[in-house]
Amino acid sequence: MTGFNKRELLKAGVAGLAAGELFFGLSPLANGSITALAQSPKRGGAVRAVVHPEPSSLMLGLVQNTPTQMVAGSIYESLLKYGHDLKPIPSLAERWEISEDGKAYTFHLKRNVKWHDGKPFTADDVVFSTDVFLRELHPRWRPVATTHVERIEKLDDFTVRYQLKNPFGPFILMFELSTTPIVPRHLYAGTDYKTNPNNNTPIGTGPFKLAEWTRGSHIKLTRNPDYHVQGLPNLDEIYWQIIPDAAARVVAYETGAVDILTGGTVENFDVAKLAKMKNTAVTGKGWEMIAPLSWLWFNHRQGLMAKKSFRQAVMYGMDRDFAKDVIWNGLARLASGPVSSKTRFYSDKVAAYGFDPAKAKALLKESGYKGEPIRLLALPYGEAWTRWAEAVKQNLTDIGMNIQLVTTDVAGYGQRLSDWDFDLAFTWLSQFGDPALGVARTYVSSNIAKGSPWNNVAGYSNPEVDRLFAEAAAANGEAARQELYTKVQQILVEDLPVAWMLELEFPTIYRSNFNNLIKTATGMNDAFQDAWKA
Amino acid sequence: MTFALFLLRKALGAAVILIAIAALNFFLLRLAPGDPAQVMAGEAGAGDAVFLQQLRERFGLDRSLAEQFWLYIKGMLSLDLGFSYRQQRPVLDLILERLPATLLLTGTALIISLAAGVTLGVVAARRVGRASDSAIMTGSLVFYAMPLFWLAIIAQIVFSKYLGWLPNVGYESMGAGYTGARRTLDIGWHLIMPATTLGLFFTAVYARMMRSSMIEVSRFDYVKTAYAKGLTPGAVVRHHMVPNAILPVVTLAGLQAGQLVGGSLLVETVFAWPGIGRLLFDALLQRDYQVLLGVFFTCSAMVILFNILTDLMYRFVDPRIEAVS
Repeated sequence: MTGFNKRELLKAGVAGLAAGELFFGLSPLANGSITALAQSPKRGGAVRAVVHPEPSSLMLGLVQNTPTQMVAGSIYESLLKYGHDLKPIPSLAERWEISEDGKAYTFHLKRNVKWHDGKPFTADDVVFSTDVFLRELHPRWRPVATTHVERIEKLDDFTVRYQLKNPFGPFILMFELSTTPIVPRHLYAGTDYKTNPNNNTPIGTGPFKLAEWTRGSHIKLTRNPDYHVQGLPNLDEIYWQIIPDAAARVVAYETGAVDILTGGTVENFDVAKLAKMKNTAVTGKGWEMIAPLSWLWFNHRQGLMAKKSFRQAVMYGMDRDFAKDVIWNGLARLASGPVSSKTRFYSDKVAAYGFDPAKAKALLKESGYKGEPIRLLALPYGEAWTRWAEAVKQNLTDIGMNIQLVTTDVAGYGQRLSDWDFDLAFTWLSQFGDPALGVARTYVSSNIAKGSPWNNVAGYSNPEVDRLFAEAAAANGEAARQELYTKVQQILVEDLPVAWMLELEFPTIYRSNFNNLIKTATGMNDAFQDAWKA
Repeated sequence: MTFALFLLRKALGAAVILIAIAALNFFLLRLAPGDPAQVMAGEAGAGDAVFLQQLRERFGLDRSLAEQFWLYIKGMLSLDLGFSYRQQRPVLDLILERLPATLLLTGTALIISLAAGVTLGVVAARRVGRASDSAIMTGSLVFYAMPLFWLAIIAQIVFSKYLGWLPNVGYESMGAGYTGARRTLDIGWHLIMPATTLGLFFTAVYARMMRSSMIEVSRFDYVKTAYAKGLTPGAVVRHHMVPNAILPVVTLAGLQAGQLVGGSLLVETVFAWPGIGRLLFDALLQRDYQVLLGVFFTCSAMVILFNILTDLMYRFVDPRIEAVS
């Protein structure tokens, strides 16, 4: 149980009922805003949130980095949103049907939707976005569209059908905002998308419009009075403030300069301190779609790493509880295998690896290790990651390994990983809700290729694993997919192609007089549609 | 040497240095490990081969190094600093947008540090060995040795968190909608802490330098003569010692002024000040080559320009230098 969950017990009963969801962390009630929970939503007010780093662009069709998603998530929309359980809920599509053979997805669009420039939104925009614009430019949509989609057709002005070549289980998860943001056809068709001047003044259908972007300072969004959901949004303005230094972000929250610290913007040790402040709530929700999972890569091309006994020695030699409790301050959970417990088709029916230095030493001896230097590539994402790499180095040194810590910046890290220039390397990757989208890419042998740090950089190859992942992606029906994914998780955990570490939590810290903030699996990316300030 | 010849010689030298710096910057950056396309793809959470190739084409990284260098130099010659595909905007626009905030911060810090540093240096030199001298020198040493980012954080905790006197981040109050004099005051209010923090470091440097220089000057015969003529100590300091002792400070101030455009990476980062230092830092992490080269080029040009101005200033402060030339 994580630190969050312990605190959750203190307030689950009342806060969960009152807010309509179960918050992790301190509840609004626990910190004194009882009246807010009893009130109905209020119109008006502004919210000041921190975004870091500054988005490079707000054109979500072109740029999908996390800061862009957070800010542009209030400007653009997709056909669907997803609840914390990853079940689809309406957004630009008011309803949808999936054919029995799992090959046709039909979406019925809302009829009263307007772009921010007043033009009507229709099926033409959806077809243009997904069949032309994103098919050309989007790194996650393009492979799916090319491999699985036979055709995208407009049935009428408000109905669109996706006809697949074969059933593809996770297809319903592809209509999330960052994967298929719908862009205005009337502004982009026939233009050079990359240099279109509208990229700097994004036009979407979302609840807020871009009002001002002072680079290096802040981004201001204002309420869209013509939003297609009657009466929403409640807030008048959103200010996204750009504060590059983590310690300064903490002081900004403490002094009341900002209302929301988005996930990952403060050090773990500051989360506990801020959670004790009055009028403050903390939630770990809103990361179910991403479900960050961390692990250590083994480079299977190095002789030792190809031996299972060596990989097991590393796994038994690491004190993951220490990492969870001390380095991540309890904001994590031990990973049991390749699939996060938040992701669909997770199974806990797998072998378990505890911290057992004696067993690790024996396995190390069995592997034939003779003290050769092992390079451990740290992840350059901040203090916690640096400390974690040092802790792992200490653990592995204690069982007799000669570990050399390699540190670099983000670009250098990516280069080393894509060139396979490492022995052990830290990473964390997104799961995207389904093993076919965010898990298989790490283990299937067709994904072994130099030049990218997000494929099977370990060089692990197992024909049975390849077959199971392929069958599970194409299987029609949840039960069939669960069976296949359970089997592949068991094989992988036994084989240990990588050393799974922790499921990470990036909590959002906010003033508890803000309500309805985190309501979906994508958290802060679409937090303000019906948020209100008491 | 005539003044015109002097200027011509300086300008030609500056042009050669600028081209050499531009070439050096270009190749040094390419030596650093890391592919900008991968950084961008990483931020998007994925990147297949097609996407990486698209990004390389956007950055012009699919072209040969020689071709990239030629395009870069050609652009420089027409004062085109390139296009940041990451930010989707011309580099010159990005620099000009950040310039006012940076100049305001670094210019204010320069004024604070020059005024305070020279004054404290003179005071310390006139009270050598006494308590006030020790206090000034100890204070200078402390602020000189203290890491800027740490000083900035401590200042925020004291003046923002505990005392609540000053805002800890930003250039102006978000959403306040101030205009005119009210806005100017608001910006000034936000400026106090970052400018003072940055200024304290240079104040310490100038104070120590001015003190040493004053002590050295005080031993010269013309100072003794001035006293012998019956001038008051204040008049000797003002008219004979300070004008001669200030030359090393002018040299250092010239170097500091050359860096004004580059901003202060640490202070801008901790105080969330929207200046060029942060533009540079972000571009470095993201391997945004065009922005990096553009900022480097602008900073180099400014350092060279201010060096020339410092040389000219010498002639103004001490006419003997022109006579020697």
